[in-house]
Parts: sequence; C-alpha cells; structure tokens
Amino acid sequence: MTSLGMRRVRLEISATPAPVRTARLVAVATARQAGVAEELLDDVRLAVGEACARAVSLHRVHQRPELVRIEFTGGARFAVTVHDTAPADAVVPATADPLVQTPTGVPPVVDGGYPVLTDEVVSEEMVAGVGPALLAGLVDDLRLHAAEDGRGTVVHMSWPLA
Amino acid sequence: MTRSNGERGGVYVELSFSTRVEGNYTVLSVGGEIDIHTAPQLRQRLFEIADSGASRIVVDLQQVDFMDSTGLGELVGALRRARPKGGDVRLVCTQEKILKIFRITALDQQFAIHETVDGAVAAG
Repeated sequence: MTSLGMRRVRLEISATPAPVRTARLVAVATARQAGVAEELLDDVRLAVGEACARAVSLHRVHQRPELVRIEFTGGARFAVTVHDTAPADAVVPATADPLVQTPTGVPPVVDGGYPVLTDEVVSEEMVAGVGPALLAGLVDDLRLHAAEDGRGTVVHMSWPLA
Repeated sequence: MTRSNGERGGVYVELSFSTRVEGNYTVLSVGGEIDIHTAPQLRQRLFEIADSGASRIVVDLQQVDFMDSTGLGELVGALRRARPKGGDVRLVCTQEKILKIFRITALDQQFAIHETVDGAVAAG
C-alpha cells in the first residue's frame, strides 16, 4: 500500500477472497480521513467490497494472475477506482430475477446474451448479477469502463464530502 | 454454539453459528461478516440443515455486522432449495444497513423479514 499524504492511497490485493475484507477496512479508514460523512461510511464499505469481490471473481473465472488494484483519492469528492484485468467483454449484467429457474445443465440467457451461472454456483451468480445492482443502488456516481491500457475494466465510484 | 474458521491475510476471522428448533422451524443464528470469503461457511451450514431434512428455516441475521451480495446469494440458494420441498426461508433482521441491501436488490420481496425470531416462527 502506498500513501501519498492524505490525498491518495493505493492498494493491490491478490485475486482471492481473503483480502477483500482488508480493502473494505482501508476504504472506511480513507473515506473517514477524506471527510466523508459518517452516515455514508457503510455504503462506502459495502460498495468497495462489492467492486473488489466482482474483480476477484472475474480474475478467478478468467484465471488472471495479476493483482486487483484499488485507488482511493481525496479531493472535492472521495473517489475509489477498482481495476481488474479480466476481458472487458466479460462483464455480466444484472439478472432481472435472481430466483429465475435454470434449465438443468443449460444456463439461461438474459438480455444482452450473457449467460447466467447455474444453481450450483448461485453465490457466483449473485456476484455477477445482484452485485452490480447493489453497486448501482449504493453509489450515485458509478461508472464502469474499459481500462485505458486496454487490459480489463475499471469501476469508478465517488462520494461527496461532509 | 459452533464456529467455522477462515483465514484472511493471516488474521483468523469466522462466522459464528447457533442452531435450534422452534416450532416447525430450524433457527440458524449467524454472527460476523458474510462476504465472498466467509459465505461458503454459511452455505455449508445451510446445506447441513437441509440434509437433516429441515426445509423450514429461519436465519437470524441480528448479529451479522456486514453482508454483501455473496451472502445474499447463499440465502437465495437456500430459498431455492427449500421452496420445491414446501419449505421456506425466513429472515430476522432490524439492522438498517443489512435491510438496505435487501431493498436495493428487491430481495425484500422474496423473503419474509421479521423483527424477531418469535415473530418469524409465529407467522405461520
């Protein structure tokens, strides 16, 4: 982790579930230090956790060995970016109904043509489907775009200061 | 009370579980942070309850400090397994930070969420 005064903190985590909690802890600490209102800290914690879990899941699915990069920046707003290296076209949209029944052995196809994972891996489905829905509901300023270097995607989130 | 251990970055973290039977329901009380790392512990416990033959389950989330979409996924999975057997999964939660994620994802329309275990069991 690299700290540049109080303005920017960079964190790199292995693409495994364990350090996602560390990212959440750092998110709350840096958000509080940046001046985010206390009542928003739970949202920051959850949103950063979701974004990191999404990145870790994508790295695992696509067997990407790289670290997941997270950057926290203070300023006019508290901004967080989570950078993965999975193929940018691998983003799975939210499913309309997570309880949708899946035909045996055949993942259903939702709008956009992306497959939904089957019952046996319902938790992965939640990360791929409900996770983005949760992110969108938690963060007013949420953007997902391809990385500038062409490798992976970047989730950008920001919150106002108190 | 039984516990399942998981290691995160050298620091042991765990979910706590306790299970009891009240009326027609098996009540699973969970404590800790349910996330991508610890959710498999919850999944295992829910499968154990299902394997015991119980399909009416109350999951008490009052001692859960954090839950993300993977935790939601485990609860949805338990509901999907219970319903075809005529069962149900009811939740107990009064924490706004947890209730919020059910509202955002509209899963509050799939689960009956009660304020107390007694209320969940007594709901019929």
